[in-house]
Amino acid sequence: MNFHVIGVNHNSAPLEVRERLAVPEAQLPDAVRSLVQQPGVDEGMVLSTCNRVEVLTSARNGADLRGFLGSYFGVNPAALNSHIYEFQQREAVRHVFRVASSLDSMVVGEPQILGQVKEAYALARGLGAIHSALDALLSRAFAVAKRVRSETAIGSSSVSIASVAVQLAEKIFGSLEDKTVYLVGAGKMAELAARHLIAHGAKNIIVSNRTHERAVELAESFGGKAAPFELLHETADHADIILTSTGAPEPLFRREHGERLRKGRRNRPVFFIDIAVPRNVHPDVNKLDGMFVYDVDDLQSVATDNAAERKKEAERAEKIIELEVDRFASRMKSLAVVPTILSLQEYCETIRQAEVDRIRGKLGTITPEQEAAIEAMTRGIINKLLHTPITTLKSSTDHPEAATIHEMIRRLFNLNTGNPKE
Amino acid sequence: MLPLFWLRVALSLYGVGLLYALASFWGGRKVLTRITLPAVGLGMVFHFVSIIENAMFSGTWAPTSMHGLESLLAFVLMVFFFIVYARYRATSPGLAVFPLVFWLTFSASSYASPTEPSAPIFVSLQWIYIHVALILIGYSALFFSFIASILYLIQERNLKTKAGMSGFWSRLPALATIDEIGFKCLIWGFPFMTLGLIAGSILAEARFGTRYFADPKILLSGLMWVVYMVLLYTRWNAGWRGRRAAYLATFAFAAAVLAWAANNFSQTHRFIAP
Repeated sequence: MNFHVIGVNHNSAPLEVRERLAVPEAQLPDAVRSLVQQPGVDEGMVLSTCNRVEVLTSARNGADLRGFLGSYFGVNPAALNSHIYEFQQREAVRHVFRVASSLDSMVVGEPQILGQVKEAYALARGLGAIHSALDALLSRAFAVAKRVRSETAIGSSSVSIASVAVQLAEKIFGSLEDKTVYLVGAGKMAELAARHLIAHGAKNIIVSNRTHERAVELAESFGGKAAPFELLHETADHADIILTSTGAPEPLFRREHGERLRKGRRNRPVFFIDIAVPRNVHPDVNKLDGMFVYDVDDLQSVATDNAAERKKEAERAEKIIELEVDRFASRMKSLAVVPTILSLQEYCETIRQAEVDRIRGKLGTITPEQEAAIEAMTRGIINKLLHTPITTLKSSTDHPEAATIHEMIRRLFNLNTGNPKE
Repeated sequence: MLPLFWLRVALSLYGVGLLYALASFWGGRKVLTRITLPAVGLGMVFHFVSIIENAMFSGTWAPTSMHGLESLLAFVLMVFFFIVYARYRATSPGLAVFPLVFWLTFSASSYASPTEPSAPIFVSLQWIYIHVALILIGYSALFFSFIASILYLIQERNLKTKAGMSGFWSRLPALATIDEIGFKCLIWGFPFMTLGLIAGSILAEARFGTRYFADPKILLSGLMWVVYMVLLYTRWNAGWRGRRAAYLATFAFAAAVLAWAANNFSQTHRFIAP
């Protein structure tokens, strides 16, 4: 296990530094190729997103990744030093797991990062820059990310007001596909929230504004309709989601309007998103059956709760990652002894075969039963002899003197043909 | 008895569902969530085997005792659960369905034996099959719309109190989905219930004449049917949902429970022939 990660992210480096290191998509293949041409680098990939630039390698000691960053991007390595983080071996494994699981993201739990890591991996693999070691690490990282996502609620809640509004709308209506959104007031915030709703499937948009021209303009940009502000309550009958953001000093929707609305809509639910201050919808409307009123404070408090919840979930996710790092490290260690076991078996088998051939020459004609008996006996001896060394090797991976045991067995049996293990 | 054995296997698997439902109220259900569906699904398979064998032993498909009927109802409820699950990916009805199914199966497996009580003298076996099947589907549908209306109330409260999106009840399906489950169950269940009652009446008429219609069982069933229809009508016509619909659904459900229990004190509709 010789993993080595080096990079900058939103915590370690300011935007100016990240910008200088960012690799444009078209240039990524070239960066990966240059990386694996570095002396000592066996495998490598480059991850470049708006919040991080990372170089991940499986490399022998002495590979100079800092030097690579400096020379490839034409930056003075000394200027980078204070912004760079670097992880090796176990720490590198943990880092990759954390990045893929979105624990190292600016918005913890955001789902895009996993896709970005997968793309970077696919690209490097396509270029032949990834073989066994990084392949094992990355496949595990994807599995860990999936586990974190399914066992914690880290990615399930929204933390901005607009996305909370969408999430609530979905809690009420399920799909927003055939729902009508009515914007009362055509300000910037309303526009932003409406775009979120549209991105989640809402199709019919109606806009009303005191200045009708502005309503028409905004409605056109959404492919929706504008309705006169005077027909506010009549228009509301057609809406499932009503987003209010006018500067009206008194509520536009009061209890009696709500009751009218409920009759007009035959008890179908209505979701008021009131982002105006002072409020455009009287809180009493929320008391009516099927009417749900959320003002700015309500949305903010849901967002804050969600953020706190995410933090709690992130702690649980860290525990999962710790477990997975342990598991991965011990698996890598046990993989390291496999070549030795194979050459040990091969070595003994060669001796056995030679001895069997020799004795058969001396015996002359033998029956198939006798031949089978010789085979069985010699195999039995070899297997019994090898049993202890092999089990010792397998179980020694967590032993503090694992390397010594490993080396000792290689020497005892003179197994120099395979690669000596690190 | 073999059928009883399979039924008890099914019962222990349904026990996982019961645990799931109970554990849900404490929030600690991580492991259970993953094993519950496979467990109760497997339970259903054994349950089915038990029903088939029971029919082979007793020589008739019609239930010959109250316990046989309980077992059948539990099975139909499970079928309903999985249909709803397949369509809406909603497991929350299980919170009510699993305990009920467990209880019915428990009752059925504690006493049921194919040789137990005397089979009543049926007028026409075909009509009995039809009657029983239709009524059981009707009961199950009614139960599901009842659960849905309760879940609707919980989710509505949840959204109105702005309790946020964490915590156990936040995992309920969307309000509109719950509403659709409830409504679909009503419309699908109503014809079954109606036809089932008609089939039952035809049978009873032939066997007992008109005196049957003064029986508590039939009166309660009639009441249940009327509330069922009012429920459907108010929903259809005025779009009633939420609190008012839940009151009606509770009323209909209570009538259904009484009608079901009336087997125990009805003079005519019972398994031991009068």
